[in-house]
Amino acid sequence: MSASAKPIANTRSATGIPTARLITWWVIASEIVIFGGLLASYIMHRLGHPEWADAASHTNTLAGAFNTFVLLTSSLCAVLAHKAADAHDGPKAAKLLRLTSLGGLIFLTVKGFEWTADIHEGFVISSGGFWSFYYTLAGLHGLHVLAGMIIMLIVAADAAKNQELQRVECIGLYWHFVDIVWIFLFPLLYIAR
Amino acid sequence: MTTEAHVHHPNYVKIWAILVALLIVSVLGSMSHVRVVLLIAAFGVALVKAYLVAKNFMHVNVEKRWVPYLLIMCLLFIAILFAGVAPDVMKQSGLNWTKNPANQSVPAGAGAATKRE
Repeated sequence: MSASAKPIANTRSATGIPTARLITWWVIASEIVIFGGLLASYIMHRLGHPEWADAASHTNTLAGAFNTFVLLTSSLCAVLAHKAADAHDGPKAAKLLRLTSLGGLIFLTVKGFEWTADIHEGFVISSGGFWSFYYTLAGLHGLHVLAGMIIMLIVAADAAKNQELQRVECIGLYWHFVDIVWIFLFPLLYIAR
Repeated sequence: MTTEAHVHHPNYVKIWAILVALLIVSVLGSMSHVRVVLLIAAFGVALVKAYLVAKNFMHVNVEKRWVPYLLIMCLLFIAILFAGVAPDVMKQSGLNWTKNPANQSVPAGAGAATKRE
């Protein structure tokens, strides 16, 4: 495919930032408002409800810590994929993106076991204010992990053929943001008791 | 089309190791019964970890200047939201308002605010 036939997002750089990366930053900016609003609401309610500490003590800190480790490691794979893409090594970037996606799968699997245990103990989304926020925040984050995994596998398929390597950095940026959101969710939902 | 390298790639494994070490610190800190230690271990360490990821993995520091400005502006919106809404959620009364007495018995933050006559 010639450069002129490519979508404008791949060829234009009017702001000094390639348009695809520019769009990714705007997506991240909007995500900051979405997650920030939810986190701010949770924090103000948590400060107004000291008794929520009892509910928070039922969350599994070890599972949360393991998932943090998994996401940090997957972020490492994503940034190494970006480095490989910069070196025009598409197959290596694809392999690393698939590893990143595997990290997302492990994260969601652990989350699934964790939620199953919580629900069996009787802690469901309607069990109280803390649990409403817990399932909403972690659920919305989990959806972002799932979306990132799917997009990453699509990007990896092209990268393996040394095509559209600029997308590797964009999906990496998104993944690091998802990682940062979890970095704040972990202490808020698992550590603060 | 291939990517244009616009960043210097640092030693990412070293940064990952620092992040994992900070994670261990936050987990160990969570076992403390001293509130200050707990808060620093939870939120202080989280801020450092987020900074390291944004700087080294997202390369915000080498991006065009308005990108960090854009992100900071979004965070500012959140601060405004918090400042505007938190008093209603966290307080039972203010200068010209008090929460409906019928709701006084429910936990703080759950009642509706009504204007004082």
